[in-house]
Formats: sequence, C-alpha cells, structure tokens
Amino acid sequence: MSLAAWGLALSQALLYVALAPLLAGWIRKVKARLQNRRGAPVWQPYRDIYKLFGKEARMAHTASLLFRAAPYVVFTATWLAAAAVPLVATGLPTAAIADVIVVAGLLALARFFLALAGMDVGTAFGGMGASREMLVSALAEPAMLMAVFTLAMTAHSTNLDSVVIYQLAGTGMLRPSYLFALAGLVLVAIAETGRIPVDNPSTHLELTMIHEAMILEYSGRHLALMEWAAQLKLLLYGALLANVFLPWGIARDTGAVALGLGLTTVIAKLALLGAALAVSEAVLAKMRVFRVPAFLNLALLLALLGLLSHVILEVGA
Amino acid sequence: MPMALSCAELAIALALLSAVVSLFSAWTPRVLRQVATPLTGLSGLAALAAGLVALTSGGVATAQLPLGLPWLPWQLRLDALSGFFLCVIGTVSLAVGIYAPGYLRGFEHGRDSLPALGGFTGLFLAGMLLVMLADDAFLFMVAWELMSLSSYFLVAYHHDQAANRRAALLYLLMAHIGALAILLGFGVLASFGGGFAFDAMRQAQLPFGWASVAFALAFAGFGMKAGLVPLHAWLPEAHPVAPSHISALMSGVMLKVAVYGFIRTVFDLVGQFHWQWGMTVLITGSLSALLGVLYALMQHDLKRLLAYHSVENIGIIFIGLGMALLFLATGHALLGTVAFIAALYHTINHALFKGLLFLGAGAILHSANERDLEKMGGLLRRMPWTGLFFLIGCISISALPPFNGFVSEWLTFQAALQAWQLESGVLRSFVAIAAALLALTGALAAACFVKVYGVAFLGQARSRHVRHARPVPVSMRAGQALLALPCLLLGVLPTTFIGLLNAVPLQVLGHGLTQATSRGWLWLTPVSPQTASYGAPLVAGTLTITLVLGLWLLGRGIRRVRRCDAWDCGFAPPSPAMQYTATAFAQPVRRVFGLLFHISERVEPQADGRRRYTLQVSDRAWGILYLPIARLVENAARNVTRLQSGSVRVYLGWSLATLLVLLWIIA
Repeated sequence: MSLAAWGLALSQALLYVALAPLLAGWIRKVKARLQNRRGAPVWQPYRDIYKLFGKEARMAHTASLLFRAAPYVVFTATWLAAAAVPLVATGLPTAAIADVIVVAGLLALARFFLALAGMDVGTAFGGMGASREMLVSALAEPAMLMAVFTLAMTAHSTNLDSVVIYQLAGTGMLRPSYLFALAGLVLVAIAETGRIPVDNPSTHLELTMIHEAMILEYSGRHLALMEWAAQLKLLLYGALLANVFLPWGIARDTGAVALGLGLTTVIAKLALLGAALAVSEAVLAKMRVFRVPAFLNLALLLALLGLLSHVILEVGA
Repeated sequence: MPMALSCAELAIALALLSAVVSLFSAWTPRVLRQVATPLTGLSGLAALAAGLVALTSGGVATAQLPLGLPWLPWQLRLDALSGFFLCVIGTVSLAVGIYAPGYLRGFEHGRDSLPALGGFTGLFLAGMLLVMLADDAFLFMVAWELMSLSSYFLVAYHHDQAANRRAALLYLLMAHIGALAILLGFGVLASFGGGFAFDAMRQAQLPFGWASVAFALAFAGFGMKAGLVPLHAWLPEAHPVAPSHISALMSGVMLKVAVYGFIRTVFDLVGQFHWQWGMTVLITGSLSALLGVLYALMQHDLKRLLAYHSVENIGIIFIGLGMALLFLATGHALLGTVAFIAALYHTINHALFKGLLFLGAGAILHSANERDLEKMGGLLRRMPWTGLFFLIGCISISALPPFNGFVSEWLTFQAALQAWQLESGVLRSFVAIAAALLALTGALAAACFVKVYGVAFLGQARSRHVRHARPVPVSMRAGQALLALPCLLLGVLPTTFIGLLNAVPLQVLGHGLTQATSRGWLWLTPVSPQTASYGAPLVAGTLTITLVLGLWLLGRGIRRVRRCDAWDCGFAPPSPAMQYTATAFAQPVRRVFGLLFHISERVEPQADGRRRYTLQVSDRAWGILYLPIARLVENAARNVTRLQSGSVRVYLGWSLATLLVLLWIIA
C-alpha cells in the first residue's frame, strides 16, 4: 500500500471532521424552511464550534478527572469509527484496520464514556440521560449489527470496503434481506444519533432529553468536542446508509476524476438523506421514552428478519 | 517438556506447602500474610511458567505418581490444553497472591479462623492445578473433589451469618450432583475403553447413543459447575460470600476448570462431534449469556452482580464451544477451530477481567466496608488507582476496543458470520440468532458496567464511610495492576497470543489456525484476509496518538478549568441523595424485560404515616426449577416418614422384606 493511499485515507478521515457540522447545519436549515422559518445559515454549526473553543471551560466541583478526559475519548473513538466507513473512495488501507464490528465497538466505547461523563457530576439529569442512552443503545446496537451482518454474510466479509465493492459488482438483484436490513438500519440510525422521534437534539425540556442530558454540565471546548462528536456520528450513519446500500458513484480508484465524482455523489446522497430526515422530523412527534423500546424492537425484528431471510432463503439459492 | 511437568508439580507442592504453613497462623497470625499467601503466589508463578512452556513447545509429557489404587497409579499428563489452563490459573493466582497480604491485614484482628482460610485456599489451589494434570478418571475425581470441598469451606468462611451457611450448603449440594454426573459420564467412557486411564478412553469407539449419554452427563456435570442457565442459581449465592480474593479465584478460575473438564471430556476423550450436541451447547450458552447479564443488571450488591456476570461470560464461552462442535460436526474444520479459539480466548479474558473486578470489589470492601452500590459514590477521587484498574476491568468486560473482551467477542462473531457455509438452513438460522443474542448481551453488559462504575466511582458518596474511604495498600494495587496489564496486552496484541494458543487446537482437534497470524503481528485475520481483518495495534495506537494530540493541542497540557457549582438546569445544587441510584439506572431495563424477572414491588404504609417502597427482583430459576425439586424431595421425605412407626417389630419386618427382595433380584 502506497503512501498516497494512506494520504488519501487520512484526508478522507479529515473530510469526515470537516463535513460533519455541515450536515447538521443543512438538516437544521431544511427543517427551519419546512417550519416556515428562515433559519440559521448552514454553516452556523461551524461558528458555534469555533465560539465554544474560544470560551472558558467550566467544571462542577464534584466532577472528576474522567469528566475532563471523556470529551477527548468520545471524539477520538467516534472519529476513528468514522474513518473506517468509506466516504468518497473504496480500497483505502484504513478499511483493513477496522471492520464493521470494530466500528460498532468504537461507537460503543464512545457511548460508554459519554454515559459515564453524564453520571460523573452526580446530578439527576445526567444519570437519567445515561440510563436512557444505555437502554436505547442496548436495543439499537444488536439491531445495527444484525442489519450489517446481513450484508456481511452476502458479501462474505465484514469489511465495509469489501461489502461496498460487492454491492457495486452485484447484479442489481433486489434481495428481500436488503430491504429488511435497510429498514432496520434506518430506525437504528435515528435512535443512535438521537433524532426525533427517539430523542430531540434541540430540546430544552429537561425531562424529555437523552443525549443533551448527558452533556448538560459541559461547557467551552469540552462541549464543542461533544457536539462535534455527535455530528460526526450523524455523518457516519449517513455515510453507512448512503454508501453501503446505495454505493453507486463512489470512487474505485485514486484518479482525480473518480475522486471528484465520488465526492459530488456522496454529498448529493447525504443532502438527500438529510432532507429526508428533516422532513420526517417535521412531521413526526417525539415519542414517550417507554414507547422507544417498541420502536427499537421493531428495528431489531426487521434486522433479524433480514438476517434470517438471508440465511434461510438466499444462501443456497 | 518433562521440565514443564516438574514445574507444574512444584506448583502443586507449593500450594500444599502454603496450606500446611497456614496452620501456624493459629499462633502467629502474621504467618498467613507473610508466608502462606506469597507461597500461593509463587505456586501461581510456577504454574504459569509450566503452562507457557507447554504451550510454546507443543509437546506432551507424562508421569506416574506412586499414589492411588494398586492397579492404577495416578497418571499425570501435561499437554497444550492443560498448559493453557495452567496459564489461566497461574496468572490469577499470582495476582491474588500479591493482593492478598494487604487484604488479609484486616482479618488478623477478626474472630475468623486464619488457619482455615489459608489452609483451604492452599488445598483449593492445589486441587485446581491437579485437575489440569490428571490423566485418569480416578485422579481427576479426587482432584475435583479436593477443589469442590475446600472451596465449600471458603464459601462458608463467614459462617456466622445464616445466609452464608445456606449458600454454602447449596453450593455443596450442587457441586456433588454435578460430580455425580461427571463420574457417571466417566463410567460410560471407561466401560467402552476398558480402563479409567484417559488414554484408554481416547481409544474407545462409542456408538452414537452411548456417546450422547456420555456427552449429556459431562455437559450437565461440568455445566452445573460452570454455572450455565438454568442450573446457575447457586453461583450468585455462593461466589460473593467468600472473601474477595477467593471470589476472584472462584469466579475467575474455578469456573474455567469446569470449562477445561468439558473440553477435555467432549473434545478430547469422546472425540466425536455431532451437530445435535453443538445445538444443545449453543442454545444453553446463548440463554446463559442473555439471562446472566439481565439478572446482573438487576443487582445492587457489587459482588453478586459480578457473580451473575460470570454466568453471562461462561455463556459466551459455551456459545463459542457450541459453534465449534457444530462446525466440526459438519466438516468445517477451519471454522470449528476459529470458534474453538474464540472460546479459549474468552476463557482467559474472563479469568483476567473477572479476577480484576473482584479484586477491585475487595478493595472497596477493604477500605469502605461496603458491598452495596446504593451506598457508594465518588470513589474515583478517594482511591484513584483502584478506580483506574476497575475502569479497565469494566471496559474489558463490556467488550469495548482496544481491550481484550472485544477480541474474543469479535472472534465469536467472525465464526458466527461464517454460518452461511453450513448446509442446513435450520442450523444457519440458529447460529444467526445466537449471534443476535450475543450482540444484545454485549450491549447490555456495557449498560451494566456504566451503572456499576457510574454509581460506585463517580458522582458523590452516598454514605459516610464511603466518603472517608482510604486508598488501599500498594500490594493490593499491584495485584490489580498485574491483571489490568494483560487485559490491555491481550486486547492490543491478539495475533501474538493466538499464535501461542494455536498449539491447543493443533493437539486437540488436529487443526491449527495458521492463516490467523499469516500477515504478521499487526493483523488478525481468522478466516482469511479478505473475509475480515482487525489491526488491533493500529486501532489502539491511533486511539492513543489522537487522544494525546487532542489533549496537547486543546488542553495545552493542564489548561486551567474553572470550578463552579453544577449547572443542573439551574436547580438547587444537587445533593448526594438526588443522584441516580443503581436501581433507578436499571429501571428501564427492568420494565422492558419485565417478563424474565420475578418482580415484587410494594408500597406499604408505615406506622408513622409515611410510606415505604420495597422492590425485590428475583431469579425465575428458583420458582421454575429449584423450588419444585426441593418440594419434591421434601414430599418424598415426608412420605418415607410413614414407615416410621416407632415399633421395633415393624422395622425388623421391613428389613426382612428388603432382604428377601434383594435375594430375589440377585438369584
């Protein structure tokens, strides 16, 4: 593997960090338009992050060292997970380092520290957020793994890169397992990134929130890192849905044309996905927290159905 | 190799010596701390060395002891499988040997008997080591009973509490029902092999029916000892009540001895593989994993919670073994080896992190005298080192990269994902469902350890003695560090360790996992590089580098952070009582999985007009399995008492009748 390939992999990882706030801003903008508001400009999240980095960080008297370290761990683990998901090009050397199980593991590591940070100050809100987040993820993580396992079994590889290449080379045959897996993964993505109807990223009602409750005590650069990590996670799931299920357009070599095309298509796909998310958020209401397990059980069931229909119907055929 | 066997024998001798030396602690209490426990540590070191040599050389050494039956002297044998398990026992015993002197300081002024503690610990360790070396059924059972009986006395050590005595009795009962099943299983093998030596059993050609009987007996016997659902209910009663370093040995090591017994009997002695067996093991393992973690989530006694997690982890090990049986039975040797290696890897991982967590729980018990999570809080600031090591244990057991638990779970998933190669659609879907349950188990385990760490180590202290907890002595910290370091090493360098482990499947199954290590130490590729690869050192390295860079760039060393009151949405400053409790944390899970628990929740008015809320979550296994059997035994006993009339003539009549019936049967 050449140095250029590693360079490309590094730039793709940096691209994730650079693009993440844009996607969040875009979703906010579309949502605002749907609500007949003008809304903040799409680059508002960049301004927020910049401003937060300049501000002084404050910590509660009761906070421990873990509270300080957590934002860095959360951001790094999420970023590393993102680096293993193909965004613009396939065949990058980073793909072999971490397969989809490692991606799920890194996201779980980030969540572990996020939840611990929520419990660190010892406020009721933090504990509540952590408890709910761990419940949501306990049900969402198996659904996510099942959905991706369906693809992995089809492609005979848990490597996301190989899955994408397998998809590109595919006959275009519509497999029933894919539809189940896609539906399951969409539900998981909504739950895991804390969007309506599971959680509301822009809520300020204390009793309804999950993710925001955990980062309630953060400020300054710590808050910036936490927010940025959440945006990265959203982009990661977007890229996963866009590139694994609809991989067309992704660059298969390192030529400038292919890369340019790959970048354009992925941005277009993500813009569409973001708009769809904004529309669904505009028409749906947030559900009660004890309705969420039913929502996630549906995701788990769909993903399991996908896997079972694959192993029973499609393997021998 | 003969040197390795002598080294293992030395380990047993040292353990026995420690038992003998402990007797002197009746006169000089210091002997236990200063001589006997270091001897168990040395014994662990010798076992570790013997195991490593056996693993690296890949040979077999045998010996005979001039003990035992006249026609069957005790046979010893050290091969790669027993070598691997010697490593497991040795590592944890070494750490416990270093840890215990500090922990036992408090025991010297107590009323409990020190010679009993030291003596039975030495015998317990010697018994476990001897099981590994036994090469005939007779010695195996003697060693097994030595292990079970001596651990009974350790469970009953704090016998002044009635609950502990009850737990110990239950433990003894279950251990012996299990031992009976194992004995019968060996009986089947011996009758076909024509001898009690393991070599004779290996040669035996069993028909499928009898082989299945032997398998079922071995699975029931060893499974009972290992704590598989639904026979697990004794485990969370017995393991937590022993002193903490013994709990670490019991949960971390003794359960592995049962795993060893199962592997030795089924994979080595029976030597046949059938998919029906694989399915049985796979289903039992999956249920144990899921129910173990769910029941663990409901606990707020730290040691009890950890004991339930042993049920979960043993379940994960048996998922691996079940898949290995399934793949081997259907002729997929490579995949069977992957699953087998995954099970072995999880075996040593569980020994390391469960030992570490129990030592951590012991440290909390030592300095705060508290086992109840609901009274802890803020311990990270009181005992930072224990907090760090406990965090490593929590991350490892939650199967998060880059620590060791993740590697074994990853390997298990890789084996499960090859299910498409199986010919039968039913088997394929069962493996897929087992993988789904494993994923759910892993996520719930993470939730449970967020609860444990968040409630115990973070936040503010919920009681006065926890607020004034003091750091534990250096020896206790060193013991924990000794288990925390391999947790990281096994997570970062899996390829190197799998290269070492490879000798075990090579000897037992006749297949190795050569392609797993084919691309050098950086890459782990169990099936093939195209199928899946995990660059654990690269993940860990990048994580560390990015983290350090981030801290350096943004934190600028130790940039000042202003301290203030907690924001908490602008409400009054939070008091310790306002924190989330362990029970509150687990409440959503309790609600979602409510059907699996036996929950009794009551609000009762008190005499002073206030209301009292009580919540009790108990194990369904009691109501479904244990209590009916107990009732059956009681009823049978009551019916037998009808014979008891008090008249000697009636008794003599019964004796005569029995004699006549026996004569009639024999004639």
